[in-house]
Amino acid sequence: MSVRFLPAGDLAVLVEFDEEISVEVNTRVRALEFLIQQKGLAGVVETVPAFRSLLVYYDPRAVGYDALCAAITELLPQAGTAVLPPSRLVELPCCYDDAELGFDLAAAARRLGFSTGELVRLHSQAEYLVYFIGFTPGLPYMTGMPERLTIPRLETPRTKTPAGSVGIGGTQCCVYSVESPGGFWVLGRTPLRLYDPEALEPILLRPGDRVGFRAIDRREYDAIAARVDARSYVPVIT
Amino acid sequence: MIKILDPGPQTTIQDLGRVGHLRYGIPPSGPVDRLAFVLANRLVGNPDGAAALECTLAGPRFEVDAPCAVATTGADMPVTVNGQEAPGWATLALQPGDVVRLGPARSGVRSYVAFSGGLDVPPVMGSRSTYLRGRLGGLDGRALRRDDRLHAVAAPLPRPWRLAPRAVPAYGGEPTIRVVLGPQADRFTRAGIGALLESAYVMLPQSDRMGARLSGERVAHARGHDIISDGIALGSIQVPGDGQPIIHLVDRPSTGGYTKVATVCSFDVGRVGQVKPGQSLRFRAVTVDEAHRLLYLADAIFETGLREEIA
Repeated sequence: MSVRFLPAGDLAVLVEFDEEISVEVNTRVRALEFLIQQKGLAGVVETVPAFRSLLVYYDPRAVGYDALCAAITELLPQAGTAVLPPSRLVELPCCYDDAELGFDLAAAARRLGFSTGELVRLHSQAEYLVYFIGFTPGLPYMTGMPERLTIPRLETPRTKTPAGSVGIGGTQCCVYSVESPGGFWVLGRTPLRLYDPEALEPILLRPGDRVGFRAIDRREYDAIAARVDARSYVPVIT
Repeated sequence: MIKILDPGPQTTIQDLGRVGHLRYGIPPSGPVDRLAFVLANRLVGNPDGAAALECTLAGPRFEVDAPCAVATTGADMPVTVNGQEAPGWATLALQPGDVVRLGPARSGVRSYVAFSGGLDVPPVMGSRSTYLRGRLGGLDGRALRRDDRLHAVAAPLPRPWRLAPRAVPAYGGEPTIRVVLGPQADRFTRAGIGALLESAYVMLPQSDRMGARLSGERVAHARGHDIISDGIALGSIQVPGDGQPIIHLVDRPSTGGYTKVATVCSFDVGRVGQVKPGQSLRFRAVTVDEAHRLLYLADAIFETGLREEIA
């Protein structure tokens, strides 16, 4: 596996692994991040994992570029699954069967040649891996979808997708964390908040988490949403 | 207490930003022009990271009800106290009932107003900075409104001083912004990089704290403008399919899927943030080593010989 160091200005270096989206490559990224945190590498300010790269922000007053790259290089041989702590499994209740919430479900099912029930079953039975969080606060980039659900992104992205919308596009699944533009097919919506600026912990998911969707009906959706509003809902995390 | 009589177009509370949350998609926020921000705080005897106001294109009008000191820095917004002209980049002692106004910027975009003691709002995720898109921090995660009331932490009045006039930055003209090429410079044609480094780019009005949008000669791609999404550093110059550069600032998305041709050096990011819509700028490439030498030099200049006592 090849690794490249690319400067991103005077305060950051991009550590780039193989040019592919895969669990193997992403695991190395997260393992490297974990090692950097664990060793407390001198001069490192913060890190941003993505599919196949780790952006390392550093303070050049505390560490030089070459010294930092050398220190990271030393960690690379250990950067694999073995060093990562066990991941969490987070349950996201999701209401698919409601035209207001899962507004692309019927169209996506037609496009893929399934019944809506079959699409819901396939989507909700899979286990997803959070590669990283990015773009908007708390938004997880996930894969793990059955191959049969691979679907091109919307031809015309919509300008507003409600927060909580569960979407699929390409081989990926995502949950919109705030209302934002989007090109994914929205199959359903979770009543949980992936980003809640008023909560003690504003972000629900972390890089490396596993995610399972539990299909719920509209009544349960409304009930959980009310408890989320009242701050009495505790997400199921194991 | 500070009563906001007129908020100005976009005035937010900022401190030095929220560190460590980019991996959750939360940008650092903080002042776009860090240097001007820190000087405002130092002029009123505050620690560098005390919370202060960032004003955009025109400033607020506010009234204080207790003795305090304020200082304004950054964009050249004419300052008046009770209608009387007052200097920027200097400590101003205020009495109860004094009304301060910052007019429309004559040059520059963002000015900073620091109050002795610093603004007292609760820190969120370790910072008092406002992140508007995330409705986070500052005053309820939003820009100031008329009739808002702010409080400063009680503090002794500082000894007044002003910045030596030779040290006051000029924001007019066509600044040269230093960049380090990459991380994806190899995804552009030689002509595309040439355009970036040899022609002038005009600031567009839709620029904000997230990104400075520029218009000029096309920065042409060699092979497509999409990449596998990766982290976006402060100052990243992203070039989407239309070949027009966007410089990512303090409220940037943490990751993105467009190629980034170069990255503005940290010490020039504030200067980018002071370029008005319609004003132009140029880029010059430096190596990482040069950038670090320039950074140490900027630090040294900043820490020595700026001060001038007011009798």
